[in-house]
Amino acid sequence: MKVEINGTAHDLADEATVTDALAAIEAPEKGIAVAVDGQVVRRADWASTRLAAGAAVEVLTAVQGG
Amino acid sequence: MDVSQDETLVVGGRKIGSRLITGTGGAANLEVLERALVASGTTLTTVAMRRIDAQTGTGVLDLLRRLGIEILPNTAGCRTAAEAVLTARLAREALETDLVKLEVVADERTLLPDPIELLDAAEQLVDDGFTVLPYTNDDPVLARKLEQAGCAAVMPLGSPIGTGLGIRNPHNIEMIVAQAGVPVVLDAGIGTASEAAQAMELGCDAVLLATAVTRAADPERMAHAMRLAVEAGYAARHAGRIPRRYWAQASSPEIDGPRFD
Repeated sequence: MKVEINGTAHDLADEATVTDALAAIEAPEKGIAVAVDGQVVRRADWASTRLAAGAAVEVLTAVQGG
Repeated sequence: MDVSQDETLVVGGRKIGSRLITGTGGAANLEVLERALVASGTTLTTVAMRRIDAQTGTGVLDLLRRLGIEILPNTAGCRTAAEAVLTARLAREALETDLVKLEVVADERTLLPDPIELLDAAEQLVDDGFTVLPYTNDDPVLARKLEQAGCAAVMPLGSPIGTGLGIRNPHNIEMIVAQAGVPVVLDAGIGTASEAAQAMELGCDAVLLATAVTRAADPERMAHAMRLAVEAGYAARHAGRIPRRYWAQASSPEIDGPRFD
């Protein structure tokens, strides 16, 4: 199925979870946060949160700013 | 004589070791940023939340952790309360802190805070357990409402972000200080050291600046200057300045001078 990760289309397995999406972009384990369709998904729930086809996944970290 | 009568700054129950809070934006690279941060003596520094990029990774976080500087995530780029609340929640998740520098700006040209959205976001985040430090207009009424909403500090601007125009309305800053029951942090607009000192002389509890240091020709040296300015301004404020007078007042004795007639 197709999901959007940080605005780019990715092809993931139908059963894919947030953890799979993070693996697809080789995200680091620490210092990141995830929102799916505008809702925060807590770290503890990444492995158990299944993505729906067409889901919009945002993976954020801290950058220089402010 | 002990001249270091500094009371430690406390924001939301947290001790902040330096009254100079810095931002990390605008530095040419992490090496320049590191030297500036060390020279500033800061213990609390802002970061922004953005989509992760394989190239930059978590470099700035690694740097701040190595230097032992506490991280203050901001909500820069947010235009609505809803965006700011979501960004703050993501920052809390990523950085394991309940501190947030709340920014909700109205437009790109002025980057001035949108007071309606700002107050709405502040109320939501306080309810959600955040320690909220709002970047606000130099408006004493809005500052009071943010404090009433439960913000841990108020952070009025001196002038728009990145302008270096200094403190355009010192009287408003004084009024905010006079009525505030939480720390007042002068945030945005500082261009050079005298303006940071002025903020402290007006009674602010701290200064937050980024551009003035990171985009200076010599960021490390300017960071050092800002550190001294904040210390000097704080000391001057608490030393009790002389009243302003219209006419001169001799500082040398007026009696027993030599006579040459």
